Amino acid sequence: MYRYDDYDQAIVDARVEEFRDQTRRRLAGELSEDQFKPLRLMNGLYLQLHAYMLRVAIPYGTLSAPQMRMLAHIARTYDKDYGHFTTRQNLQYNWIKLADAPDILAQLATVQMHAIQTSGNCIRNISSDQYAGAAAAEVEDPRPWAELLRQWSTFHPEFLFLPRKFKIAVVACEEDRTAVQLHDIGLQLHRNDSGEVGFRVFVGGGMGRTPMIAPVIREFLPKAQLISYLEACLRVYNRFGRRDNLYKARIKILVHELGADEYRRQVEEEFLHTQTLGLDAPQAEFERIAAGFAPPAFETGLSDDVDRSDPDFAVWLDKQVAAHKAPGYAIVNISLKPTDGIPGDASSAQIDLMADLAEAYSFGELRITHAQNVVLPHVRKADLQAIWQKLDAAGLATPNLDLIGDIIACPGLDYCSLANARSIPLAQKIAGRFGDLERQRDLGELKIKISGCINACGHHHAGHIGILGVDRKGEENYQLSFGGSGAEDASLAKIIGPGFSEDGVVEAIEKAVGVYTSLRADGERFLDTYRRVGEAPFKEAIYG
Amino acid sequence: MGDLIRFRDDETHEEPAVTLDSFLEQSNATAIRLEPTDDPRALIPFLDRLSLIEVAFPKFRDGRGFSIASILREAGYTGELRAAGDILVDQIVPLRRCGFDAILSEAEIDREVAAKLAALYGNVYQKTVDGRAPVWARRSDPTHG
Repeated sequence: MYRYDDYDQAIVDARVEEFRDQTRRRLAGELSEDQFKPLRLMNGLYLQLHAYMLRVAIPYGTLSAPQMRMLAHIARTYDKDYGHFTTRQNLQYNWIKLADAPDILAQLATVQMHAIQTSGNCIRNISSDQYAGAAAAEVEDPRPWAELLRQWSTFHPEFLFLPRKFKIAVVACEEDRTAVQLHDIGLQLHRNDSGEVGFRVFVGGGMGRTPMIAPVIREFLPKAQLISYLEACLRVYNRFGRRDNLYKARIKILVHELGADEYRRQVEEEFLHTQTLGLDAPQAEFERIAAGFAPPAFETGLSDDVDRSDPDFAVWLDKQVAAHKAPGYAIVNISLKPTDGIPGDASSAQIDLMADLAEAYSFGELRITHAQNVVLPHVRKADLQAIWQKLDAAGLATPNLDLIGDIIACPGLDYCSLANARSIPLAQKIAGRFGDLERQRDLGELKIKISGCINACGHHHAGHIGILGVDRKGEENYQLSFGGSGAEDASLAKIIGPGFSEDGVVEAIEKAVGVYTSLRADGERFLDTYRRVGEAPFKEAIYG
Repeated sequence: MGDLIRFRDDETHEEPAVTLDSFLEQSNATAIRLEPTDDPRALIPFLDRLSLIEVAFPKFRDGRGFSIASILREAGYTGELRAAGDILVDQIVPLRRCGFDAILSEAEIDREVAAKLAALYGNVYQKTVDGRAPVWARRSDPTHG
């Protein structure tokens, strides 16, 4: 993993100092809430329904065991003994006191972490593939590029007051675990016909009230020009993105209104200019960063055999463990979706345990996924059973990865001041209804995503089944959509019909699942069947 | 009107600034005021004879002026570049990094806070028009400013 040098540390420490002073000015009444708001937001501090919420950046979803332990320590010391992992691979604390926030940031800085630009209208935390450096199919590890972008985007003076927030993802597989086409900019490393590796650049994807799948704005960008190209993309957006309407301010609207061709033309014109400015770091700097992501010292000669005699272990193995590029190793997915739990929540003790497991079995490394789970990326197959036993004892071994119980949900009206409806109780109700794990496995991959308002933090547009909570005459009401995907076959879910009460939506899902099981062809997922047969039979079953 | 902080040694420009449109129509003015929607590149042929370009910040959240300033400096403009309007003390560092060398704030700027903030960030990650060596350059050659 990349380690800060003195420069990186000095910059993060400076931010802590700056925020300490801003907080002091706010508490002393020298800053109004209106003036303080953009400053605290750039440090990830939101004012929620009950308290401040602090969002800590987990750059590209990668963190070390000591960093993970610090997250547990903060949860224990300053919050209610738990944290919430988000769809942006970050961690949120829901019960923070403003006066404590500078101390929390100072503690985070001691383990090379921060909350810089985790909110506000600026470039947010860079997301990436949770299997980076471990997946066999990747062109190269995308994280050095993500770290380069972390540094470039940190306090980038020209882009701190964009029309709206800005999310960038970097991936290096064709298989997409990051929803790269639903980001403001998605960067996909790939090999061109001459065998060179460069970026495919998607611009203008996003969810929110106007979901869009990003068009490809450049099929191949040489790696060495990444920064000067992004400067061009961002400058065009900063100058011409809409600022008259909050809901039309994301870059997707600019790209849509101009058209992809015209946006591309403007970017290319600006790029001709930015290329002359010497903005890209030299190759040596990239290599310095990449050295921080050198593969761990995998043992050789390990066996790929795993003893499957314990049936419960075998079930977990088949569901939660993915193939690793190194022989004898595997990738472990830790479920933060127990049937009666809150999606993405983990207690301090669980966070500590995951840190311990990473240290003992995964070269000290962990990953956070956009589906709100945790990954141990480099585990010896020989250790899988021991890991499973420890996870199981801590309630972290639910074998439901990508199944109907592995629900993405935003914090919803239980916490969020923007929400129209609760997400968490609905997620629990659905998970409870389909609590039989054997039935879940029979239903196969089925991604349910729940957002408590139109801002779509729960990615409902990308759900095989997406649920949007709305307020209808003071009552919580849920709109049901089908057919979305945030993967390489990205698509937007379509509303099936009138909304439901909380119980109604569970019944409707039950009926939809019934249609699927009666119509599915061999090997078809829910999404495949829905795409093949269309919405009619589902509509008929639900409303007929 | 407002609180003016200058980071240049020359005399303050006294001539009133004209709009881009009136400048392009006929003016031989040497001071101009750009709105966030104006195209700064329209001024490129005239940069040599301008001594003040004021860039409007109608709201502190409106960050278009940061790009406008960068574009003007990248094009070689050396006269005064003034950010004018709703500006927070916490924005002075990024404004200066984008080439502004004067701030005209509607509200009074706390000089002590401004100086403290300016001193905080001795290291920067990006190459911009302010000429400071980014961290990536200093890593390979620590003698860089």
